[in-house]
Amino acid sequence: MDRFRDKIIPVLTILMGIVIAWYIGAYALNAPFQRDLDRRAGETPTTYEFVVKTMTQPKPTLPAPHQVASNFFENTFLRKVSSARSLVYHAGVTLASTLSGFALGTLLGILIAVGIVHVTTLDRSLMPWIITSQTIPILALAPMIIVVLAAVGITGLIPKALISTYLSFFPVAVGMVKGLRSPETMHLDLMHTYNASKAETFWKLRLPASVPFLFASMKVAVAASLVGAIIGELPTGAVAGIGAKLLSGSYYSQTIDMFSALVAGAVVAALLVTLVGVAGKLVERAMGARPA
Amino acid sequence: MTRVYHNWQALAVLVLVASSALSLPLMSGLPSGGSTAIIMISLIAGALAAMATQLSLPRLAVLAVAPHLAAWLLLAQAGQAPGQATASFWVLLAASWLLAWRLASSLSAIKARTRGVDLALRLIIPTLFGVWILLLWEAIVIGAGIPFVLLPPPSAVAARFANSLPVLAADVNQTIFKSVLIGYVLGCSTGFLAAIVADRFVFIRRGLLPVGNMVSALPIIGIAPIMVMWFGFDWHSKAAVVVVMTFFPMLVNTGAGLAADGHMERDLMRTYASGYWQTLAKLRLPAAMPFIFNALKINSTLALIGAIVAEFFGTPVVGMGFRISTEVGRMNVDMVWAEIAVAALAGSVFYGVIALAERAITFWHPSVRGG
Amino acid sequence: MIDQMNALASQIKPATAVSVPVVEAKGLGLTFETNDGPVHALSNVNLTINKGDFVSFIGPSGCGKTTFLRTIADLEQPTAGTLSVNSMTPRQAREARAYGYVFQAAALLPWRTIERNVALPLEVMGFSRTDVAERIHRTLELVNLTGFEKKYPWQLSGGMQQRASIARALAFDADLLLMDEPFGALDEIVRDHLNSQLLELWARTSKTICFVTHSIPEAVYLSTKIVVMSPRPGRVTDVIESTLPKERPLDIRETPEFLAIAARVRDGLRAGHSYED
Repeated sequence: MDRFRDKIIPVLTILMGIVIAWYIGAYALNAPFQRDLDRRAGETPTTYEFVVKTMTQPKPTLPAPHQVASNFFENTFLRKVSSARSLVYHAGVTLASTLSGFALGTLLGILIAVGIVHVTTLDRSLMPWIITSQTIPILALAPMIIVVLAAVGITGLIPKALISTYLSFFPVAVGMVKGLRSPETMHLDLMHTYNASKAETFWKLRLPASVPFLFASMKVAVAASLVGAIIGELPTGAVAGIGAKLLSGSYYSQTIDMFSALVAGAVVAALLVTLVGVAGKLVERAMGARPA
Repeated sequence: MTRVYHNWQALAVLVLVASSALSLPLMSGLPSGGSTAIIMISLIAGALAAMATQLSLPRLAVLAVAPHLAAWLLLAQAGQAPGQATASFWVLLAASWLLAWRLASSLSAIKARTRGVDLALRLIIPTLFGVWILLLWEAIVIGAGIPFVLLPPPSAVAARFANSLPVLAADVNQTIFKSVLIGYVLGCSTGFLAAIVADRFVFIRRGLLPVGNMVSALPIIGIAPIMVMWFGFDWHSKAAVVVVMTFFPMLVNTGAGLAADGHMERDLMRTYASGYWQTLAKLRLPAAMPFIFNALKINSTLALIGAIVAEFFGTPVVGMGFRISTEVGRMNVDMVWAEIAVAALAGSVFYGVIALAERAITFWHPSVRGG
Repeated sequence: MIDQMNALASQIKPATAVSVPVVEAKGLGLTFETNDGPVHALSNVNLTINKGDFVSFIGPSGCGKTTFLRTIADLEQPTAGTLSVNSMTPRQAREARAYGYVFQAAALLPWRTIERNVALPLEVMGFSRTDVAERIHRTLELVNLTGFEKKYPWQLSGGMQQRASIARALAFDADLLLMDEPFGALDEIVRDHLNSQLLELWARTSKTICFVTHSIPEAVYLSTKIVVMSPRPGRVTDVIESTLPKERPLDIRETPEFLAIAARVRDGLRAGHSYED
């Protein structure tokens, strides 16, 4: 009951405020063009008719929420999944490269973190670069990777997945280094008194201690991975995927299509982040963490 | 056993140098000359210098010179006959790299006694790593004759960089000083103000912060084409993308920061009958500073990404994103790499400035004062 | 402001034996509603604290001693009975800045130097710049921290930090000092030292001090009045007037008189506990 009052109602109110602001914005942005249209057609609509017209343009400046909703619904649930206009199809294409890139990136990130924690030379030479690399807009590399790999005949899933890998391994590597170093000195000393080997300390202490850090950084990584996949779809000549849908929408000023592609991207992102979050909770609970 | 463990790189180098003699010359069609001999001698000298558990200063000096001399001569050889590298070339390159690794690990093992030495080591070791990345890149690209389009050698990128300074400067001016900075300042300040408003009114806080958290995880960059449609091709549309991208991290982090002060401190201000704004200015905002700087740092990278990617969707004929996408189309990859180097430099400087400001302002925080 | 000036002047006067009530609780009760049902933190507390008293509150955890202190400070609101502080409601007293509060931890702001930490309440209360400087100087001298003005809290030991937080509570010359286990986190040698310093300070300033502790020797050594409390529900089980002289060297703790009072406190605590065993 308190949860309802303290969480759900405020969130719903804010969301409703956003929708209302969106409608007002749609009217304000679409009205000038509509006025222009009406003047040319010599029509003098009533205020109500005029407002309705601003919300039903085929290529509005800002589509009204219901236009986006019906477009999204139509392209998601009413089309065959194999159809090129189906958002499920496009989301699936993006999801495939996101997930393969994410899996590869996470694995790479973990391996690098293990190396950094155990080899002093790597820690002192590689770690500063990993931190510096976070300050670099690596997404700028995306179009080049795509085009260059296409030049040597590699197209499709792999180049996009590589961009996702690149984007997702940084947060995982940094988070895992933090996590593997998170055991307290007291616990490390305890392992030392048992004369435990490096491997035993790793499996019994460092790795379990790093799990919360791993999942926290995987949440960041999966979101970054999706962004990488979407950006990776931009320069490929717009074939399939959420990014391609955005690009083709922008070529033909199909704002409604662009917005529903954005909604699809948001839904995929929310699903992925939630999924990683739930997986993290399950693993932590199985490991005996206190339920929050 | 430990002797072998500590010296395995040196031992491997000796084996590699010996085996390289089997397949000379270094470049097919290029006779082995004095420089080949110098490479092998310097590698052997380096390996012998490294044969000790604790390296004395003279040994370290030899170890510091040997791999770099060898690598430099190897590069010179490769430059004379690109794409003609034989097995010996690769074996000697690997040997130089192993010696450099040994150098890095002996430097890492030094326990600095003064702050100056510590700082120097902290700069030298990663620099060594960076230099070797470039050396190997150059050697592999030239030695194996990798097509220019696929991966240009760093030397070509550097040459292109030096020759295109005016173009690069114009791009930086358009992208960094207009789109990024204006969008960043607007996005961060509105996010901050929204967080203050949300803090003042409990109901808004309960609604806005979860929504902000949700939105932070979304691929906001996707609004770039829409912003370009609304605000035109010039920097305004890019700044708009940057505003939206930086707003939410700032909102969420400031919100978390304002909740980060201790109960005891808050009670303390209450016993002084301190008003909302006084408590905010004297306790809560200073306590939130580490969180606010975290957002400023995250946003510095996001702002660059937002501006560059938004330029992929259309710009006037200047800007870093514009340059990258058009030069990629013309297969001028050296220019693309030069532009990426500029972006990396700009990103690091931007981040560095914020990190310095953070050190100055949150000097009291345990993570900064190191305790 | 004028009150505070008067308070300054009152420092010079010796402590008087005239009974002026500073804190008066009548039938005071406080019940927290929790998910596990109501918790009676305070129940029917009747207590008068006079001007110049040094009152210790002692009892096991959960007996409501801290809650009582927080109620005086208007950090908790009572659910039954009445409570007056300087003949005002706690809220009015807080708004009149009638007391200084010292917490279990020093709670110094890490981004302010020691002198700026002491200046914090003065800034909030709008003292003039010259007045602030003078008060920082005087209160830091009072707690023997002269010379540490420019240090940051994290550069000082725990005992020094707690002394700085006492200086902060003294800076605006409130007549009433509320101290919630201020030395609980310190080791015994530092604690002894600070106890005797606190007594000295109390003698010099003739403030009224309410002091929460769970150390029997500390309570007996410091107080003119010891309030023994017991939990479930939190209540006062005994009020002991100390017969020790005002002048108390540390070795007074070995005198028979001291030990007799300590024994009475211990008995009181045991009586409050007995039903649990």
